[in-house]
Amino acid sequence: MAGPVLEMRSIVKTFPGVKALSDVTLTVQQGEVHAICGENGAGKSTLMKVLSGVHPHGTYEGEILFEGEVCSFKDIRASEQHGIVIIHQELALVPFLSIAENIFLGNEHATRGLISWSETLKHGSELLRRVGLSEHPDTRVADIGVGKQQLVEIAKALSKKVKLLILDEPTAALNDEDSGKLLDLILELKKQGITSIIISHKLNEIRKVADSVTILRDGRTIETLDVKAAETTEDRIISGMVGRDLEHRFPERTPHQPEEGVAPALEIRDWTVHHPIDQQRKVVDDVSLTVRRGEIVGIAGLMGAGRTELAMSVFGRTYGRYAGGTVLKDGKEIRTKTVPEAVKHGIAYVTEDRKHYGLNLIDTINRNISLSSLKKVAKRGIVDEHEERQVAEGFRKSMNIKAPTVFEPVGKLSGGNQQKVVLSKWIFAGPDVLILDEPTRGIDVGAKFEIYTVIDKLAAEGKAVVFISSELPELLGMCDRIYTMAAGRLTGEFSRAEASQEALMRQMTKDKEVTR
Amino acid sequence: MSTDVTAKTPAGAPPGKSGSAADDGLLKLMLEGMRRNMRQYGMLIALGLIVALFAVWTNGDLILPRNVSNLVLQNSYILILAIGMMLVIIAGHIDLSVGSLTAFVGSIAAVLMVNHDMAWPLAVVLCLVLGAAAGAMQGFFIAYLGIPSFIVTLAGMLLFRGLTEIFLKGQTLGPFPDGLQKVSNGFLPEVGPNTNYHNLTLLLGFGLIAFVVIQEVRDRRRQQEFSLDVPPVKLFLLKLVALIAALLTVTMLLASYKGAPVVLLILGVLVVGFGYVMRNVVIGRHVYAIGGNLPAAKLSGVKDKKVTFLVFLNMGMMAALAGLVFAARFNAASPKAGLNFELEAIAASFIGGASMSGGVGTVLGAIIGGLVLGVLNNGMNLVGVGTDWQQVIKGLVLLAAVGFDVWNKRKVGS
Repeated sequence: MAGPVLEMRSIVKTFPGVKALSDVTLTVQQGEVHAICGENGAGKSTLMKVLSGVHPHGTYEGEILFEGEVCSFKDIRASEQHGIVIIHQELALVPFLSIAENIFLGNEHATRGLISWSETLKHGSELLRRVGLSEHPDTRVADIGVGKQQLVEIAKALSKKVKLLILDEPTAALNDEDSGKLLDLILELKKQGITSIIISHKLNEIRKVADSVTILRDGRTIETLDVKAAETTEDRIISGMVGRDLEHRFPERTPHQPEEGVAPALEIRDWTVHHPIDQQRKVVDDVSLTVRRGEIVGIAGLMGAGRTELAMSVFGRTYGRYAGGTVLKDGKEIRTKTVPEAVKHGIAYVTEDRKHYGLNLIDTINRNISLSSLKKVAKRGIVDEHEERQVAEGFRKSMNIKAPTVFEPVGKLSGGNQQKVVLSKWIFAGPDVLILDEPTRGIDVGAKFEIYTVIDKLAAEGKAVVFISSELPELLGMCDRIYTMAAGRLTGEFSRAEASQEALMRQMTKDKEVTR
Repeated sequence: MSTDVTAKTPAGAPPGKSGSAADDGLLKLMLEGMRRNMRQYGMLIALGLIVALFAVWTNGDLILPRNVSNLVLQNSYILILAIGMMLVIIAGHIDLSVGSLTAFVGSIAAVLMVNHDMAWPLAVVLCLVLGAAAGAMQGFFIAYLGIPSFIVTLAGMLLFRGLTEIFLKGQTLGPFPDGLQKVSNGFLPEVGPNTNYHNLTLLLGFGLIAFVVIQEVRDRRRQQEFSLDVPPVKLFLLKLVALIAALLTVTMLLASYKGAPVVLLILGVLVVGFGYVMRNVVIGRHVYAIGGNLPAAKLSGVKDKKVTFLVFLNMGMMAALAGLVFAARFNAASPKAGLNFELEAIAASFIGGASMSGGVGTVLGAIIGGLVLGVLNNGMNLVGVGTDWQQVIKGLVLLAAVGFDVWNKRKVGS
């Protein structure tokens, strides 16, 4: 090969309170397909945002060399002018414009502001042919599937004379057939001399298309491996992704001893959910699991594994289209078709996305805590503000929420304190089963420990806890049992003794055909 | 509870006499409280300034007892609409139909009472039910069918205006029975010995003051029972004195003319009632929650559709009430009644602290916003500013009020 086309040297990127990248070095050779993998939060997306100018030059430390020149991109436009194009996980197409209009958006074939449609169509069809799409360029983007939209994105990249194409989890939202087509296209483009970086955690995909793989962990480059070399097995990649020792980051826990003959607090049987729009796709596929009182049960899985979707569909069918399955509470079947029903049966769901689904950011701490159980501080429909305030003050002290008063708007708190407010809200609801979805995402180490302690206490009080997390160490440190999910299915169940990061990751990266 | 804010602002000013450290703390606490409700205090102060400006400009005519009564009567229907509109906006919606709906209900009221000689109390009840039904119909489309409120109520605006003209055949219809006119235009009856003041108004005013004081003291005691921190005694007393002074000023102003207008009583009940509902009743909290973050409210078990539906039902009923008051005040139902009322009510809500994205605002804020507009109207009329310039100035005030809010938020955010 012709030597490196891209070198990123010692990249450091800090956000307020968090070091997202602490020392990343990446070298991509001319004409190769280079995979980047790592756990959620390892810094993959941040690195690509640094490269493409989303985080402009000056907001990070380190050096970027592209085609031997030092680059200082101030925005995406600047990086695109150099031929670096990034395709994000969430597609950036305008649904009601045509394919051709989307391809040339911001880059129109125009003379003095007047668009030349004949040229747009001609050039558009050429690009579509290159990516293997037979659609007419006048078709609205909203009328084609996600897989084809992904190809339109690539056509758009090609129109910008792309030299380095970055794909951020391109197959996460695609079915097997579309994924296959996309991967073939990447190989085809490689023949045409286009270098690609592909972020993915599907190891079989990486083996199929990539020439080399760089592993990131905790904001650092761990290693770069030659995928074609014999010693680069999937296990080798996995150990690179997880290799981390468990320090004293978790409260001492006495493991739960299951009682004989008592029905589990929560049992889910044969649960299947379809995607809300793409109804062919099963997002949760025939999942069955149990949680006992006093037990902390983990669900491990990578992005798109269907963990959140499982939890939300069980909690009042707040996600997707229900397609079968039952929920049992203490051995009896219950209805959880609406949120009030689920809450009534003692189920609480603490969302992974506290800003959008958990909190009313413009409202105060006390009002957020009481919202899901106003009846508890109300008599005959009248809220007793003093009792409400007292409850909130109690949580402020017991959960160590750092705020001057409970009348502070939640939007002004830090992530960790916001998370404590969401937790308080659902603890106040007094549930028997708590489903915690990524309860420690985006918060600092100190706050994490506090939240672990709270979870531990909840289990000790006899509550059944479902702990969804992408961070394997935290699952291993906290859970009595761990289920793994991949592509909507349960792929494994581990007792505390059996579980290890490697074993879990192996089940989490399993794709469909491998499982059955 | 209205034009007297001037009395309130200076009352807050002179606490620094002894100059001790404790008073510094007091001032700090006050400022802290004001910072948290910047928008509302801001508008209260602005209202006070506007009142003061016009009081000087009109050589005191603005605050003559007769004019204060007039001000209440002139603005009552807009204030009633603003209360309902505030709820709609807090819930994250808008209602453009209320102007037409007031006219529509007015026309039905006229047909019932003038053409069919129906007893006025019965007609009033029927009209309120009709308004609620109209609001419920729009609420159904918005909440359960998911059609944007802007569209539904825009359609309602055309629809009810058209129906009004059909029912009235393009004519004005009147007069209304005396009883109803008294409600809209009249004052509380005169009782007892001649004291140069209106006795019943005085009695009501003093009763209200006593009630407020008892309520505040009880509230403070309950807070202590729950072992919550309470503001220092000095601050508490200061607040009480300011409240009493404010209420006393209005009472004396009104009592030295013909007494309190009947609509003021209705308005007072509405403000206190809705203020209480929005603050202390479960459904009120739910309105804030769906406007503040709809997905989070849903995931907290709030029945968002039902709440939205009820908010629009209520708006319809308030529009009906405003329609009755308006028609009775002018003693006729006219096809052109209520023109642009929806815009006045929306402007009042935004001036009073509502946010375009929902979740923010108070009933009292809507009243303050409505009064800012009302005092501007009245004051400019008194000094002889034409309606052309009045509109220009009101437009600028709306822009300035919301602009100040945006600027203030950005400053806090950074």
